[in-house]
Amino acid sequence: MLLKTLSEARGVSGNEAAIREILLPAVEPFIDEHRVDALGNLICLRKARRERVAGGSERVLVAAHMDEIGLIITDINSDGSLRYAKVGGIDDRTLLSKQVLVGEKAVPGVIGFRPIHLIGRGGLEKKADISQTVVDIGASSKESAARLVQVGDYVTFRTGFEVLAEDGLRCAKGKAFDDRVGCAVLVEALQGDYAFDLYAVFTTQEEVGLRGARVAGYRINPDIAIALEGTVCDDLPKEKDADVTPVTQLGHGPAVSYRDSSVICDKNLVRLITETAAAEGIPWQYRRSAVGGTDAGALHLVREGVRAAVISVPCRYIHAPVSMVSLNDFDNAVRLVKAVLTHLEGGLEA
Amino acid sequence: MKALIKELVEAFGPSGYEEQVAELIRAKAQAVADDIRTDNLGNLIVLKKGTGGGKRVMISAHMDEIGLIVSYIDKKGFARFNPVGGLPISTMTGARVRFANGTVGVIYNEKDGWAGPGSLADCYIDTGATCPEDSPVQIGDVACINRPMEELGPRLTSKAMDDRIGCAVALQALLELPASPNDVYFVFSVQEEVGCRGAMVAAFGIEPDVAVAVDVTSWGDTPQAKPMAIELGKGPAIKVKDGGMLAHSGVKRWMVASAEAAGVPYQLEVLIGGTTDAYTIQTARAGVPTGCLSVPTRYVHSPSEVVDYNDVLNATRLMVQMLANPISW
Amino acid sequence: MDIVGLMRTLSSATGISGYECALAESVRQAFQPFADEFSVDTLGNLIALKRATRPVAGVRRSIMLAGHMDEIGMIVKEVKDGYLRATDVGGIDFRTLLGQEVVVHGVRDLPGVIGARPPHVLAATDYEKPVPWDQFFIDIGLPADQVSELVHVGDLVSLRREFIELAEGHVSGKAFDDRAGVASLAVCLEQLSSLQHSWDVYAIATTQEETGLKGATTAAYGINPDIGIAVDVGFGAQSGVAEHESIRMNAGPAIAIGPNVHPKMQARLMAVGDLNEVPYQKEVIPGASGTDGWAIQVARAGIPTAVLSIPLRYMHTTVETLNVKDIERAGRLMALFISGLDEAFAADLGL
Repeated sequence: MLLKTLSEARGVSGNEAAIREILLPAVEPFIDEHRVDALGNLICLRKARRERVAGGSERVLVAAHMDEIGLIITDINSDGSLRYAKVGGIDDRTLLSKQVLVGEKAVPGVIGFRPIHLIGRGGLEKKADISQTVVDIGASSKESAARLVQVGDYVTFRTGFEVLAEDGLRCAKGKAFDDRVGCAVLVEALQGDYAFDLYAVFTTQEEVGLRGARVAGYRINPDIAIALEGTVCDDLPKEKDADVTPVTQLGHGPAVSYRDSSVICDKNLVRLITETAAAEGIPWQYRRSAVGGTDAGALHLVREGVRAAVISVPCRYIHAPVSMVSLNDFDNAVRLVKAVLTHLEGGLEA
Repeated sequence: MKALIKELVEAFGPSGYEEQVAELIRAKAQAVADDIRTDNLGNLIVLKKGTGGGKRVMISAHMDEIGLIVSYIDKKGFARFNPVGGLPISTMTGARVRFANGTVGVIYNEKDGWAGPGSLADCYIDTGATCPEDSPVQIGDVACINRPMEELGPRLTSKAMDDRIGCAVALQALLELPASPNDVYFVFSVQEEVGCRGAMVAAFGIEPDVAVAVDVTSWGDTPQAKPMAIELGKGPAIKVKDGGMLAHSGVKRWMVASAEAAGVPYQLEVLIGGTTDAYTIQTARAGVPTGCLSVPTRYVHSPSEVVDYNDVLNATRLMVQMLANPISW
Repeated sequence: MDIVGLMRTLSSATGISGYECALAESVRQAFQPFADEFSVDTLGNLIALKRATRPVAGVRRSIMLAGHMDEIGMIVKEVKDGYLRATDVGGIDFRTLLGQEVVVHGVRDLPGVIGARPPHVLAATDYEKPVPWDQFFIDIGLPADQVSELVHVGDLVSLRREFIELAEGHVSGKAFDDRAGVASLAVCLEQLSSLQHSWDVYAIATTQEETGLKGATTAAYGINPDIGIAVDVGFGAQSGVAEHESIRMNAGPAIAIGPNVHPKMQARLMAVGDLNEVPYQKEVIPGASGTDGWAIQVARAGIPTAVLSIPLRYMHTTVETLNVKDIERAGRLMALFISGLDEAFAADLGL
């Protein structure tokens, strides 16, 4: 299963090569050209397979980012433990008591915490002081640690992919669903025959400021851009059972953004997407929040501006060491993206 | 010009939903424009061609206003929302909003109304609905503040002075502009309130030699106001610096010289926070010398923004002076 | 003995306090080659007996070794809208639970995760405090109606963590507290099989230590040994813990000094270590040791007791880390101590 392979692969922002090496063979049978640009974006072209409709789109860019949030080693302490910094948006509080893999050699390590027995009265009510934590690879000295890892090594969570149930919601747990789900959807979408040149771009450095998409968009200068994402799902019961937005709900279908913090999506493109979903009988939901940015934020601002939208697979516990998706949502996202690309052949209402 | 201002400020146009404003402006600009187009993001770009030998000038006034977007409708029909642009919490309790379909709603907060809400997340819109099924608004619907324009003696108050007053100045200048050597692109831009996004792509397309944004600026002449050397009625402001950019010194000199030539009173502006379209125009492609003409405005981003009508007239006179003549600094 | 393999097996098994019986089978297999007979008492303690190989005529003496096999865990207290609320069994710093994987032991074993709300939806002030207990939800990824059928209040939840090997003989995983002690008993029994000893040895994998030393209390009463040693884990030196609060990693077991320990037991253990060059360290425990030794010491008319601590980092988390050499050293030290037990020492202890 490609999603499993992608989820378990390791590619923190700025270090996406391993993901590229999985994706390229996966898409190679379906593409006519590809290139890796200066920022590491994997840009794939599938030329039009059918005749272009007059007034239809010529170049459509669909992006999914390869990078994931993680950590980076900043120093090796004299006792062989490793200091680290966060790469991308991580809630400190999720770092305690986790297994990680360090550097190219995937050296295993752990992030522990002070034993509960040594935490005084009232201590449990305070936020854990993350600056006290280190990555422990079992090395007992700086020299010994330096034989295994080095400063600048990227660190990923050691979390396996697993399908929790084969029926019902068909939930799967794993890491880096943001945005390996998008990558996997894009690989599927690339296999359709469309009447325009489809640029499938597997982008880099989304989590540190949408940087890959920006330069890829500039190069391609598309008519239309769609970002595929794994997105926030906040559908757990709330404090005092507050009746507020879950942003998205697991199992309710792919999410269509009207806006997020980085983009106000093109209204006609959003309408085309939602009407396509309705026409094809594909369940969908709005992404009901303005928080978070996506590659669409960078893509819609390249050159003279590009009409852009976002289609996402809801992910519970996004940006945590383990998150959850519904494979039903994933399958429906694939159906929706393919159908949308087909409907785009006639162009987009101005 | 008051009728024009009233029409503009009362129009509906939160960021991303500026079509109604664009239609209004297009209709009025049609007669004098050499070319009008709308780009991919919705910027309305009006070209007034020069007689030749002049500069390629971009004027940018943003059409969008702050507003909100419905994110959720709870079981009792109350709508939760996300802000579109910087919606100040302090003026929201009891404010009224209007949706594109004409629906009016009241904003209140779930905490005690007197203490004031902690954040916008505590606020909801009451549209009179009792459940999601009878809600006149849906997830994704956008609203703006609902306030008509009123005259306060020599002053005008309304929602959306930011930046329809800039649109009014630019449009009026376009209508009054005599033949000049300069090709002037009047950009009525979109999405300024969410990061000056429209102006960014418009500037890329136009590749201007020089650009000026027209926007509102803050004030320093009310009780306990944050210190700022800007007063209403003392003339339009020529920007030196704001939170996002330093005005090009040549552009600033040209604007000052134009004001003096036209006998228009002016104030020099140093704004601590906030910025304008000039921020993104300045760094388009290989860079654009950019400045900003500001209309001093009180209570910016509140439902009742206040400008001085004379400042507006003087801003228009200054802009016409700037554009009608060969540009140098 | 393949201590890494044994720790992998023991750590991977589930045995939350009060529910250790499935795990007991793995322990039995580890002890099997070296023990003469097994029994399980009413609290579930697994008792392996290795009889004296050179008994002294007319006297029958015994030593009890205790390592607890139970681990910390959680128990479901509410099933709500398809999610589970749980409380801890045995002392968990709930701040370490965000983003953990678990197994819910419902009608069948159900993998799940403990979700963290994404940073995107949190206010700045949310980060400044821990997530409150009632906002922890276990998510098994099933529709609400199915969850209600499969999971009920009172079902156990174990933390899920794969065992891994780190550098320099360190290993990491869950439930090392106190499967490390249990493993050291296996090492001890194995070592004794090539040594002679005059006393019977009861190696006991005890239950319910984390909820109040329950198993050791009844086992000590039932067996009524002459002397006892509890092997548990101690606070290994780690980041965020001061030197004076901890013992050194990979420096041998710590021999406890303090009221929980009979001074002559402690002295003999140190002498055995010195004589045989088994590395050990000293750990002062000024009051309750919090180990099975605390219960053994006061069983019936009182039992001379010693306490050994295997250095362990990050105690009561899912990434407990230790060095397997310290397990080996603890086992060997106990075996050498036992093979030297004689009537003179018994007399010295006043037995």
